[in-house]
Amino acid sequence: MRRGSLLDISGLRVIFHTYRGTIKALNGVELWLNEEERLGVVGETGCGKSVTALSVMRLIEQPGEITEGSIWLNDKDLLKLSEEEMDRIRGKHISMIFQEPIAALNPVFKVGFQVAEAIAHSQGITIKDAYPQVREALEMVGLDWQRTIDLYAHELSGGMAQRVMIAMALAVKPKLLIADEPTSALDVTIQAQILELLDKLVTVSQSAVVLITHDLGIASEFCDRVAVMYAGNVVEIATSEEIFSQPLHPYTKGLIDSIPVVGRSKELAGIPGVVPDLVDPPSGCRFHPRCKEVFDKCHTELPSLSQVKPNHYVACHLYQ
Amino acid sequence: MVGTFIVLGFILLAIFAPLLSPYDPIKTNLPERLRPPSKEHLFGTDQFGRDILSRVIYGARIEVWIIFLVTVISGAIGIGVGITAGYFGGLVDEILMRITDIFLAFPRLILAMALSAMLGRGLTNAILAISLVEWTVIARLARAEAMKIKSQPYIEAIRAVGASNFRILFLHVLPMCLSPVLVQLTLRMGTIILTAAGLGFLGLGAQPPTPEWGAIVSDGRSYLVQQWWISTFPGLFIAVVVLGFNLLGDGIRDILDPRLRR
Repeated sequence: MRRGSLLDISGLRVIFHTYRGTIKALNGVELWLNEEERLGVVGETGCGKSVTALSVMRLIEQPGEITEGSIWLNDKDLLKLSEEEMDRIRGKHISMIFQEPIAALNPVFKVGFQVAEAIAHSQGITIKDAYPQVREALEMVGLDWQRTIDLYAHELSGGMAQRVMIAMALAVKPKLLIADEPTSALDVTIQAQILELLDKLVTVSQSAVVLITHDLGIASEFCDRVAVMYAGNVVEIATSEEIFSQPLHPYTKGLIDSIPVVGRSKELAGIPGVVPDLVDPPSGCRFHPRCKEVFDKCHTELPSLSQVKPNHYVACHLYQ
Repeated sequence: MVGTFIVLGFILLAIFAPLLSPYDPIKTNLPERLRPPSKEHLFGTDQFGRDILSRVIYGARIEVWIIFLVTVISGAIGIGVGITAGYFGGLVDEILMRITDIFLAFPRLILAMALSAMLGRGLTNAILAISLVEWTVIARLARAEAMKIKSQPYIEAIRAVGASNFRILFLHVLPMCLSPVLVQLTLRMGTIILTAAGLGFLGLGAQPPTPEWGAIVSDGRSYLVQQWWISTFPGLFIAVVVLGFNLLGDGIRDILDPRLRR
């Protein structure tokens, strides 16, 4: 059963082998996405947002390992492709933007060359032939190509570097763009500019977006739907409005209550307890030790993600 | 500073050997044999009447040639093995590094001797033998660099663009590994001369009448008490040039290591 027309991740499990034991980083992640749709993925540090993104790119490296699940992109299961076939998918059908834009550029090559390399790879042309498109791509993200094309990564500001990364990612007109915390390393005014730019360009290139962020505000503003992750599971998926107005999962409620609002007299509510150690995760629902509405079933059984309202999915025993 | 001058002098000596040397380094002149240092023969002559000064000057050419070839060959093997092991990791790394360990388990000179004895006498085989001993250090260094670079975000980013392993390895990892490897190769040039001279002295390296320094020292062995000059002058040159390379290496390290810079 396919839920999204572009991307459908189901039952994805990823583990990391460490000296302390096996970290069960993803515990059956379910996500899906239609063409041109924008999905926000939110959650705390270490909940598996980035691991999910890297799994879609098949960039999980040792000691990590994808043990179960499937990732369908259109009619291909990415987890069953050979490395060569995957090389053709990456950078052509899926591109990615990273958190630290300056570190994501090779320090010894000029920016223009790196954008050219990305374009050349995706279209199978030589790097030299790609340069006219490099100029276009740099103009597209609002950079003066004559000034930037010959610069090195360390000569760029964070905002400029992120624009270059966006140019690289969108010059190939991907079907799916994965943006892994694209604005976390930037200051607030630049954040707004970059998001606005992304919004504009993604509309033009008709790409679907998975936006990974820990900022619920950014996610709901930019995206059509928001998925909330906790300790390796997707616990709730709803439209951007509904996730704020009618959160169902106790964790989502806790997250929304812990957003400070100017002028509110009520004391800021947090979620008690800490994020569990994923070497030895809690049994049953991984959220149950911190949950206010916990009952006996939560200790033993992992709730599955199921639809409770149209377009509103939640993984919690309270609603089943 | 001193190191730079010595090495520079050594290289100039090699380049301008035909202009600087007063006699033919290979032509024998038996009436003039075993002459002590004098105005005509500054360093004296050997048992065949060949001018030691000319032989030492031409010897510089041989040494430069040895250094160049060994550096290129061992550098290429070392970098190739090192970055492959470091980049791919896992089983590949394990196999390549254990092979490296096998080479490292033998004392250098002994291994070089064994290899050149196996390959047969001669300059080319000696160069090959020394290269086969020298690459291990470079391999370890390149591996460490490759491991460091592999985990950089821009490698992940370029993989996300869809670059193949081969492309990443040669276009993005290799250039980043080069600078420490080049420094290490410079640092090792003194050792290369010593090993080459050692092999030459044992008769495993350059064959007579090639004026290799180690071989000249070996020529004068049986005359050491009466005709000391035959062995002494090439020996001195070996010592000074090796010292020069070591001083130069120290200097380069000091310049590149910001902690030692004042």
